Amino acid sequence: MTWKQVFSTSVGNKLIMALTGIFLILFLVIHAALNACIWAMDGGEMFNKGAHFMGSNVVPRILEIGLFAGFILHIVQSYKLTIKNKKARSVGYEVDYGNRGSKWYSRSMALLGTIVLLFLVIHLTDFWYPNRSNQGFLLGEEINLYLKMQDTFSQLWVVIVYVAGCISLGYHLAHGFQSAFKTLGVHNKRYHIMLSSLGLGFSIVIAVLFALMPISFYMGWV
Amino acid sequence: MLNAKIPAGPLETKWNEYKGHCKLVNPANKRKLEVIVVGTGLAGASAAASLGEMGYKVKAFCFQDSPRRAHSIAAQGGINAAKNYQNDGDSVFRLFYDTIKGGDYRAREANVHRLAEVSTNIIDQCVAQGVPFAREYGGLLSNRSFGGTQVQRTFYAAGQTGQQLLIGAYQALERQVALGNVKMMARHEMLDVVMVEGKARGIIARNLVNGELERHFGHAVLLCTGGYGNVFYLSTNAMGSNVTAAWKAHRKGAAFANPCYTQIHPTCIPVSGDHQSKLTLMSESLRNDGRIWVPAKQGDTRKASDIPEEERDYYLERRYPAFGNLVPRDVASRAAKERCDAGYGVGTSKQAVYLDYAAAIERYGKIEVSKQGNDHASAEEIIALGKQVVKEKYGNLFDMYSKITGENPYEVPMRIYPAVHYTMGGLWVDYELQTSLPGVFALGEANFSDHGANRLGASALMQGLADGYFVIPYTLGNYLADEIYAKAISTDHPAFADAEKAVSDRINTLMNIKGKQSVESFHKRLGKIMWDKCGMARNEEGLKQAIAEVQALKAEFWSDVRIPGSINEMNPELDKANRVADFIELGELMCKDALNRNESCGGHFREEYQTPEGEALRDDANFMYVAAWEFAGESNWNLHKEALNYDVIKPSQRNYK
Amino acid sequence: MNLTLKVWRQQNTKADGKFETYQVKNISHEMSFLEMIDVLNEQLIVEGAEPVAFDHDCREGICGMCSMYIDGKPHGPWQANTTCQLHMRAFKDGDTITIEPWRANAFPVVKDLMVDRSAFDRIIQAGGYISVNTGNAVDGNSLPINKDKADAAFAAAMCIGCGACVAACKNSSAMLFLSAKVSHLALLPQGEPERKSRVMNMVAQMDKEGFGACTNTGACEATCPKEISLTNIARLNQEYLAASITSN
Repeated sequence: MTWKQVFSTSVGNKLIMALTGIFLILFLVIHAALNACIWAMDGGEMFNKGAHFMGSNVVPRILEIGLFAGFILHIVQSYKLTIKNKKARSVGYEVDYGNRGSKWYSRSMALLGTIVLLFLVIHLTDFWYPNRSNQGFLLGEEINLYLKMQDTFSQLWVVIVYVAGCISLGYHLAHGFQSAFKTLGVHNKRYHIMLSSLGLGFSIVIAVLFALMPISFYMGWV
Repeated sequence: MLNAKIPAGPLETKWNEYKGHCKLVNPANKRKLEVIVVGTGLAGASAAASLGEMGYKVKAFCFQDSPRRAHSIAAQGGINAAKNYQNDGDSVFRLFYDTIKGGDYRAREANVHRLAEVSTNIIDQCVAQGVPFAREYGGLLSNRSFGGTQVQRTFYAAGQTGQQLLIGAYQALERQVALGNVKMMARHEMLDVVMVEGKARGIIARNLVNGELERHFGHAVLLCTGGYGNVFYLSTNAMGSNVTAAWKAHRKGAAFANPCYTQIHPTCIPVSGDHQSKLTLMSESLRNDGRIWVPAKQGDTRKASDIPEEERDYYLERRYPAFGNLVPRDVASRAAKERCDAGYGVGTSKQAVYLDYAAAIERYGKIEVSKQGNDHASAEEIIALGKQVVKEKYGNLFDMYSKITGENPYEVPMRIYPAVHYTMGGLWVDYELQTSLPGVFALGEANFSDHGANRLGASALMQGLADGYFVIPYTLGNYLADEIYAKAISTDHPAFADAEKAVSDRINTLMNIKGKQSVESFHKRLGKIMWDKCGMARNEEGLKQAIAEVQALKAEFWSDVRIPGSINEMNPELDKANRVADFIELGELMCKDALNRNESCGGHFREEYQTPEGEALRDDANFMYVAAWEFAGESNWNLHKEALNYDVIKPSQRNYK
Repeated sequence: MNLTLKVWRQQNTKADGKFETYQVKNISHEMSFLEMIDVLNEQLIVEGAEPVAFDHDCREGICGMCSMYIDGKPHGPWQANTTCQLHMRAFKDGDTITIEPWRANAFPVVKDLMVDRSAFDRIIQAGGYISVNTGNAVDGNSLPINKDKADAAFAAAMCIGCGACVAACKNSSAMLFLSAKVSHLALLPQGEPERKSRVMNMVAQMDKEGFGACTNTGACEATCPKEISLTNIARLNQEYLAASITSN
């Protein structure tokens, strides 16, 4: 059996989702940790150092390519799967299944993911693109990301969009985290309970942490 | 006319002798021989799979949407085998003896001994297929006891043994389908056998999805179509279970043996009203731990919990101290009927007795607390622990009971009443399982051969699988060895055309009656006649009335039945009409057989023939024979008697006291 | 009690279907749901209309043939239950009940509420068995099996193949059905020799039949009349991963 065959079945497709999902979860950890530097209460000095390192060092820049690849794979695969899954039932039900046994967010991963994607586009346009275009290979003057954040999050609607994005991300993770491990075959009850609880905690912490950043700037806490 | 072809020699060597000397078909010839298997229950699926493995070209038919649905799936309790894993004195001979005795000395010794011999192979085969039988902590197979025996020889998979065994056979069958050895025809119903020059050479089947009639050729036809309990309308059989395939063979010349032997299962959920469409069995295994009782006072309307211990009548324990609640089914059923008829019944209908788990819950609870070393456990703790044990053993049955009745059996005793469950009678077959119609074989419940007048619990699964896995592969080969020169016959042969036309004519006749009454209403009326007059207890007068009533019903059916829809489409009403028409004819024969048998034995209880204590009274001098009925035109049958010779066992009055 | 029934009617696979509304009267609480449909059908026959076609056989919750999607739930409102074991106690006078067939492209409607589930048979044909010919078996007790494993295998083997998991799944995925069989056979030592090829072939067949992919929502587990655990799907995933990593 070739690798192509392995990953082209419905279970293989899910493996791709799970592996890229876990990769993206790891990215979230690093992203959250770095951004948490805004709360160092040093006027953004530590944060900007971190941002500079991430933007100028060769290792994170190479990893960044992998990150984009992960994102694209995760997104493309999910849309392909969603379309395939929708096609499996061309005549729908008169009365919908309702809530028995499955969480609304488990059933709305595509919707939540799309919201996160839209948010991601906004987010990249806000920070990543201006930053990178002034950095490294373009030899422009590096921008002060901390001040940029302060500036961006001074508008209420932006903060609201970001908080909404974070909430969607939280729910996306609440299902995605534990589901990824199920897809990778964790069926031992003890580990499964452990990973489920961990996943739930993780999604709450990540969502709250990220949401607190725009709020902190807007409220003037930092 | 009837030659049972029982091999000569001592009983215990007959099967080995047969296997050693029967004719074989070489692999190249097997590929040219086609076999039709009708029905995919334990007997059919196991036969089709085994024959496919051997290299025959097999076509298997079932009326359900998948072979996995066959009603073998509903068997709950278990399957017997003389493994003696419990070291409690079991042996092939003892299983043979128990089965003969349980059948009230109306079964063939040679067949039953063969059944007992191959019983052990069945367990091995099923384990190898991955059937998840219950196991002990040491990883070895677990056993439990069942009615009519004093050893623990019943293998089980919780309360779903039939399901697990059938899935095992079904998987073996699907494997052969995948390998191209078996062609599976689901949603097909056999409507006639095609005879060419005195031998069965195929069938006419109706595709139930589009209504088309199809011709299928085969060098032999195996009927594995189960029993005819649905003649009573209300039974524990599946809604679709029917006698049609067997009846078509019967009308073409296969003798029908002992049709009056029907098994009434003692532990079923009682009828709740006129709307009732079927009855649900509660496994016999419940009698292992449950105690059956009625109030000692007639017409007692108190709640069960309000009746003190001394005012309860544990009538099975009272009447049969040695076997107690584990007497065979026919005995337990009649005892329940006797109590209810005498006015001791419980529940709103008064047609029920209690099956009580309070004592078992307490007993198990005490064992649990002593395991925990807890000497000061309160009564509540004991009960709670006991309930857990009972839940583990019988949880699914208790859940089923509470879903159907809305009562909690952990708190109040279950109400049970006997219901039609199994039919020991069926197509007459010889030792090779061939009917009196050459080339037609009958396996499993569809034949009459192994259970005599009463079947012991956990023996039906055993017989179905024995016939399919271990008997027919040899005996069919012995028949087909002479057929290797017979080329496949084209389905354009006039015999096929004639048979198809007869089937088609009958369907057209049915559709054109355009009367006023539904098929279901006729079936209900047939059932009522049969249950009232040919049920748990029969008498001459009632049977004579029943025959007249069934004949009248038949005339009414053929003049006033209404079948909506059309022929060339999925039409469940038409399917049902075909079946009910055959049930009506069978009903008449059953009554005639019951009337002919002037004795009581096993599942056949004639009120005129009983001991002073109300036990069945056999008449071995006059009735130690198989009554095989040959069809001789409408409402007309010729009786052929096959004498039963007991060389090894000496028949005696059955005694479970 | 009196009820209003909204039932899907469809003449055959190719025809277009639509809902019809019927009234049934004097339904008792003790009736089973299918007995209530029997009442409706008897009424339709007397009126000269065609009765509603539906699959059913054992009517004791084990054959897996009955398949109705009742008020948005496969097999109706009760947990761990089949349609035939649903009793009218679950409803009250004046209720309107909507009854639909299982919906999935892999389960085409045959007529009215009947669907074709032969896709399940073909998935089993792809490898849902242990290849042991009759007569090849060793003694049943020659291979002790850990009781926990045997019990887990039994719990998975309880699947009745009704297809409620597919009907409930928003993706019409057959993974619970598939995983029950893969788990049952993978947990037993007898299933070991074909363990790898089995899972690969069965997954391939499932895809071929047009079922969707699993997204672990858990709707199947909540609907399953035999309470087959979602854990089995994770076990299947592991079997799949192990088989693909170690294959040549």
